[in-house]
Amino acid sequence: MPIQLRAEVLDVRKAGAYSVLSLTAAGMPELARPGHFVTVSMGGEESSMMLRRAFAVYQVKSRGVYGGTLEIVVGVEGKGTQWLSERRRHDVLDIVGPLGRPFILPKERVPCVIVAGGYGSAAMFMLAEQLRDRGCRVDVVMGASTESKLFGVLEMKRASSKLIITTDDGSAGERGRVTDVLPGVIDKSEAAVVYAAGPMGMLSAVAAIAAEHRAYSQCSVEEAMACGIGVCMTCVLPVVGADGVTRMVRSCVEGPVFRGDRVRWDDVGTIPSDAFGAPVVEAS
Amino acid sequence: MSRAIIGRGPIGVTSETPRIDMSTSLGAMQLDAPVLTASGCAASGRELDEFFDITHLGAIVTKSIMMHPRAGRPTPRMAETPSGMLNSIGLQGPGLDAFIETDLAWLEQRGARIIVSIAGSSVEEYVKIAQKLRYVSGFDAIEVNISCPNVEDRGQVFACNPEAAAQVVQAVRRHVDQHTPVLAKLSPDVTDITDVAHAVVRAGASGLSVINTALGMVIDVDRMRPALAGVMGGLSGPAIRPIAVRCVWQIREAMPNIPILGMGGIRTGLDALQFILAGANAVSVGTATFNDPSAPIRVQRELAQALHERGFASLQEAISFAHRAHDVPEPLLAQFTVDESDGDPDGANEDGKEITEIVVRPADDVVDEDRPVAEVVQIRRDTGTEPFDQYKDWAADQAPEPVPDGQ
Ligand SMILES: Cc1cc2nc3c(=O)[nH]c(=O)nc-3n(C[C@H](O)[C@H](O)[C@H](O)COP(=O)(O)OP(=O)(O)OC[C@H]3O[C@@H](n4cnc5c(N)ncnc54)[C@H](O)[C@@H]3O)c2cc1C
Ligand SMILES: Cc1cc2nc3c(=O)[nH]c(=O)nc-3n(C[C@H](O)[C@H](O)[C@H](O)COP(=O)(O)O)c2cc1C
Ligand code: FES
Repeated sequence: MPIQLRAEVLDVRKAGAYSVLSLTAAGMPELARPGHFVTVSMGGEESSMMLRRAFAVYQVKSRGVYGGTLEIVVGVEGKGTQWLSERRRHDVLDIVGPLGRPFILPKERVPCVIVAGGYGSAAMFMLAEQLRDRGCRVDVVMGASTESKLFGVLEMKRASSKLIITTDDGSAGERGRVTDVLPGVIDKSEAAVVYAAGPMGMLSAVAAIAAEHRAYSQCSVEEAMACGIGVCMTCVLPVVGADGVTRMVRSCVEGPVFRGDRVRWDDVGTIPSDAFGAPVVEAS
Repeated sequence: MSRAIIGRGPIGVTSETPRIDMSTSLGAMQLDAPVLTASGCAASGRELDEFFDITHLGAIVTKSIMMHPRAGRPTPRMAETPSGMLNSIGLQGPGLDAFIETDLAWLEQRGARIIVSIAGSSVEEYVKIAQKLRYVSGFDAIEVNISCPNVEDRGQVFACNPEAAAQVVQAVRRHVDQHTPVLAKLSPDVTDITDVAHAVVRAGASGLSVINTALGMVIDVDRMRPALAGVMGGLSGPAIRPIAVRCVWQIREAMPNIPILGMGGIRTGLDALQFILAGANAVSVGTATFNDPSAPIRVQRELAQALHERGFASLQEAISFAHRAHDVPEPLLAQFTVDESDGDPDGANEDGKEITEIVVRPADDVVDEDRPVAEVVQIRRDTGTEPFDQYKDWAADQAPEPVPDGQ
C-alpha cells in the first residue's frame, strides 16, 4: 500500500552520468521491496509539468535521525529529470511509493543472474543483497553505452558473487552488449532465475536467452506512465496470463516486474489482434 | 487495506476545515460534498481509496464503460504538454458485465456515491448498456460520454453534432429508470456549446458534464512523427481550464436552472471555485489526480476554505455568483484598507471632492467572520461626494468607529 509524503532532500551526489538523491521518507523503507518504484512530482506546486516521474527504489534505511530514508538514481533524459538533478539539500519533493509489484525471490538457494542496463542497476542492489542473504549465488552483468552510464560498479562488486561489465564502446569491461556475455554466465552458474532491468530491447533479448536456457526470468519494464498508481491506463503492454489470454495490462500496478516469458515483447506498442478486447477486424 | 468506513456527512466539518455547508445537488441527485472524480482519471475509485477515504467525495465518476471488453489503443497513449497532457487511451475496459460484477459491486460495498459513465460507438450500443443498467442497482446517476466516434457516421464524434448528441441522450433516457439522473458530457470542440446543451436537454438530459478533453496533437520532433500512436488525443489539465470555465459560463447564461458538473484543469480549491462561481453545481477533478493522488479531497478542503474566506456560509450561495456579481458590490474592499501613505482620502473628503483614486492594501482584520463578505463591503459603491464617514476608522488621527451595519 503506497504512501504519499513530502520528502526533504538530504543529499545529492554525482555518480558518473547520474545524480543520487537521498530523501527523508518515513514509513517507506519498511514497505519497499526490490523492484518497487516511487514517483516524484516535478517543478513545485505551480509547475507546468503535470506528470510525476518514476524512479526505482535504490536504497532504503529504516532507522536513523530521519525516521527512514530512501535513495533514487536519476539520469537526465528531459526537462523533468533535468529539474530533479538540480535539486539541493533541504529542497522538498512530493513522493509517492512504494509502487508496483516487486521482484519475486526464490524459496530455494538457487543460483541467480542479474542483468542491468544503464540506471537499471539502481533496483538491483537491494535485490542482490536479499538474494545473497538467502544463500543464493548472484552473478551480475552490468552494461551501458559507455562507462559513465554504468551505475554503481564498485558497490555491485561487493554485492555480487561475480560481476561482469560490458560497454558498447569498450570504455569499461568487455566491448559489446550484456546479451553477448549472458548465455555464458547462465551456463556457468546454472542459473535458475534471471532478473533484468533496463531498456525494453535489452529485456526482450534477456527474456529470450533465459527461456533458451530454461531459466525463469523476471523483467522490470519501463513504459511511459501518467499516474503510476493504476488509474489512467496509459502504461499498458501485452502480457499473456496464466489462462493463456493476452491482456493489455498496466505496468504500474501489475508490473513493472513481469515474467519475461509472459510479455509479448515483439508486440509492445501494438494491440495484438488476439488480445482480450482487441478490435474486430472487419473484412473489407 | 483497513481503513475504517466513516459514515457520510458534510465533509466541511472536520477540525482543519471551516464549517461550511458543502452540500449540493445535480438535479435529483443530492450530494453531501461538491467534488467528484472525473471519468477515466480515477478508474473505479479503488486505487485512490488507498490515498484518502473516497466516501468523503461527492461521488466517484467511473471510467466510461462500453458493452464489450475493449483493449483500447496502442501505446504511446500519452504525451505531457505545457500544464496538461494528451491522452489516447481508446476506452480500454472490461465490458459492462465485468464492470457491474466487480467495480460497481466494490464501490457499492465501500459506501461511495457512484456516477456510472457509459460510452458507445453506435446509438444501438448506448441503448444496450442503458437497458442493462435499468436492472442494476447501487449507483446514483449515469454520465453519458458522447465524445466517442460514431461508427455509423464515418467516425463523427456524437458530441460535435447536436442531433447525434441528442439521439444518444434520448435513447439512454428512454431505457434507463426514469428516476435515474442522466448527465450528458459535452465536448468543447464545437462552434457553440449552448447549441449542443439545448439539444441534449431537450432530449431528456437531467444535467450536463462540462467539459470533456479538447482534441489536440503533439509531434515528436526527434522521431519526426506524431507522439501518440493514436495520432490525435484529448488535451486535459490546467491548459484547458479557461476554455472549460468559459463553457460552464456560457451554458449557465443560456440555461439558468440546468445542473452542471464542471471540470477541466481543476488543480486547487480556487480553480474549483471559478467553476462554481461560473455556474457549476459540482466539479470533477481529473488530470490533477495524476499529479497528486490526493488532489480530489485536497481540492474539496481548499474549496471549503476559499468559500469561508469569502464569507459564504454554504456552497449553494456561491453557485453562479459571478453571474450576479454586477448586482453586488465587489467584495475586495472589505479585505483592504486605504493606504494613507500614498494618498490622503480623508483630506480629499474634507475638500468635498469626489475620490477618484484610492490606493489599497490587504488587511485581514476587516472581514466580519460571521457575514458574507458581500454584505460587509458596500462601502465602495457609496464612495462619492459624501459618505466618507465610513472611512473614518481608517484615518490615523480619528477615533475608530464601527463600520455601519448593512450598508
Ligand atoms: C518503473 C520505472 C522505473 C524507472 N526508474 C528509473 C530510475 O531508477 N532512474 C532513472 O533515471 N529513470 C528511471 N525511469 C525513467 C524515468 O522515469 C524517465 O527517464 C523520466 O520519466 C523522464 O522524464 P523527463 O521529464 O526527464 O523526460 P521527458 O521526455 O521530458 O518526459 C516527458 C514525459 O514522458 C515520460 N517519459 C519519458 N521517458 C520515459 C521513460 N524512459 N520511462 C517512463 N516514462 C518516460 C515522462 O514521465 C514524462 O511524462 C523509470 C521509469 C519507470 C517507468
Ligand atoms: C487519461 C484520461 C482518460 C479519460 N477517460 C475518460 C473517459 O473514459 N470518459 C470520459 O467521459 N472522459 C474521460 N476523460 C476526460 C476527463 O473525464 C475530463 O473530462 C477531462 O480530462 C477534463 O478534466 P481534467 O482537466 O480535470 O482532467 C479522460 C481524461 C484523461 C486525462
Ligand atoms: S500509469 Fe496510470 S495506469 Fe499505469
